[in-house]
Amino acid sequence: MIINGVTIDKTFAEAFPMKATRAIITAQNEKWAMISAQAMTGFATSVIACGCEAGIERLLEPSETPDGRPGVAILIFAMGGKGLAKQLETRAGQCVLTSPTSALFAGLDEGKKIPLGKNLRYFGDGFQISKLIDGKRYWRVPVMDGEFLTEATTAQVEAVGGGNFLVLAESQPQALAACEAAIEEMRKIPNVIMPFPGGVVRSGSKVGSKYPALGASTNDAFCPTLKGVTKTDLSPEIESVMEIVIDGLTKEDIDKAMRVGIQAVCDLGEKEGIKRISAGNYGGKLGPFHFHLQEIMA
Amino acid sequence: MSALTFTLKQRTDQRVDMSPLVCQKLSGMEPAEIAAIELQNGKSKVRVDSLFKISGSDSHNIQFKNSFGKLDFIGKDLTEGSIHVEGDVGAYLGMGMSAGAIDVFGNTDIYAACEMKGGQLVIDGNAGDFLGAAMVGNKQGMKGGVVIVKGSVGDRAGDHMRRGVMLIEGDTGDYCGSRMVAGTIAVLGKTGRFPGYMMSRGTLLLWTQPQLSASFNDCGAHTLAFLPILLNSFKKYNSRFAEVDTFNRVQRFGGDMAEKGLGEILVKI
Repeated sequence: MIINGVTIDKTFAEAFPMKATRAIITAQNEKWAMISAQAMTGFATSVIACGCEAGIERLLEPSETPDGRPGVAILIFAMGGKGLAKQLETRAGQCVLTSPTSALFAGLDEGKKIPLGKNLRYFGDGFQISKLIDGKRYWRVPVMDGEFLTEATTAQVEAVGGGNFLVLAESQPQALAACEAAIEEMRKIPNVIMPFPGGVVRSGSKVGSKYPALGASTNDAFCPTLKGVTKTDLSPEIESVMEIVIDGLTKEDIDKAMRVGIQAVCDLGEKEGIKRISAGNYGGKLGPFHFHLQEIMA
Repeated sequence: MSALTFTLKQRTDQRVDMSPLVCQKLSGMEPAEIAAIELQNGKSKVRVDSLFKISGSDSHNIQFKNSFGKLDFIGKDLTEGSIHVEGDVGAYLGMGMSAGAIDVFGNTDIYAACEMKGGQLVIDGNAGDFLGAAMVGNKQGMKGGVVIVKGSVGDRAGDHMRRGVMLIEGDTGDYCGSRMVAGTIAVLGKTGRFPGYMMSRGTLLLWTQPQLSASFNDCGAHTLAFLPILLNSFKKYNSRFAEVDTFNRVQRFGGDMAEKGLGEILVKI
């Protein structure tokens, strides 16, 4: 398959099941809601070492938030429910509770209930106040700037992590420009995040390493500087490869995000130095979710 | 199927215990069985059909017409359905109800919503003393649900209240929210003396400045994020509370310092 001169490889991205939740952070204004959200989703690019993958889903208008203030929806993904709950609580406690004027709410109603502010309330040292409003329990925790309001729980749902595609270009600036264009479009899709810095990964990995202590190492088949010395997957004109990783609440959400992302890359086309779109998989051994690039773009 | 309607034929000298006439108890009963139910009337018992003209058959939707202030325990322990009352009612309206809805187009005597656990109780007129309170000797009053009073209430509304929401459109008597353990009482009108008397926790949300006792301390003016959420939750009710402008600025008074001091009186600024 070729779109606008860009070859779409006959391959698939391989993804795996994760647990996910959404939280809504509000604040006095968009600036402070975003600061809190960025802190909460910081150092959360990969479960390999961060404990979770997290990102900002989208900005919320005041009319969309529970307390009528500007807000940000974030998604957090982890390999298991326990890990997700721990990451959520730790991050909420250190990044939202601490952030001026912030409030924290559940972003999902359906699913298994997990603590959001349920245990953070103890920071109130007995001065915390509970309010049960329309069946939802909120905690009001007195803090130095006033009061931190948090919903007691949010919901955990089954989700999909690790959707991805690779952008192969003639130069590094062209690969990055294409990824930026893709991310801009993908951020418009609900229920997904691209957890890596700016949504883009330049260090895609393969499973295993020559060093026994490491479970993953550089994906040498896609490293352009190793074209002549390893079993490469790159043609001579490829000088740079970048990857976009997608976590989503459902497979369909990732499908949509991949479609608009790949389309945005292809819209730049061969004339902008984009040569191929490929994907990372492990021969179907990693996870049950397979995103076939040509089917998605058909 | 029309509502199961009980129209009072004549007023009694003695009080009547109406607790057998609730939706869940009448469900599946034949009209003759309902007519033969005996109600406690003072020291004696009276058949339902000697007191009421009975019509309709939908026991999930009960109506009392020509009600008056000696009909006690209407809607006691209600778990489902709705009860509509035209006229005044006696004491213990909706006592212990856990679900369903009761609306009264009249005034109620003492202890309406006493130890209520859930559901919705609307009083179109005034309510007597001890609205949503605990029975004498008990430690927990209203534990859930919503009470809306469109008129005024007597003394000690919310006494020992543990959870739930009480919306009072009119004025309150003295000791509103006395001995509250938790929950929310909102009052659009004026409050009497000693609001929040001996409350340990809970919230009194007031639209007019109360006459506070010395054991409530001013904590200053604040912007509280939970208030818009709380006020928006009132929008679904047929009440003046649905029409109030949302606000988040209040003067906060903490108390009762003679108790735990973890309760609060919030006054709209």
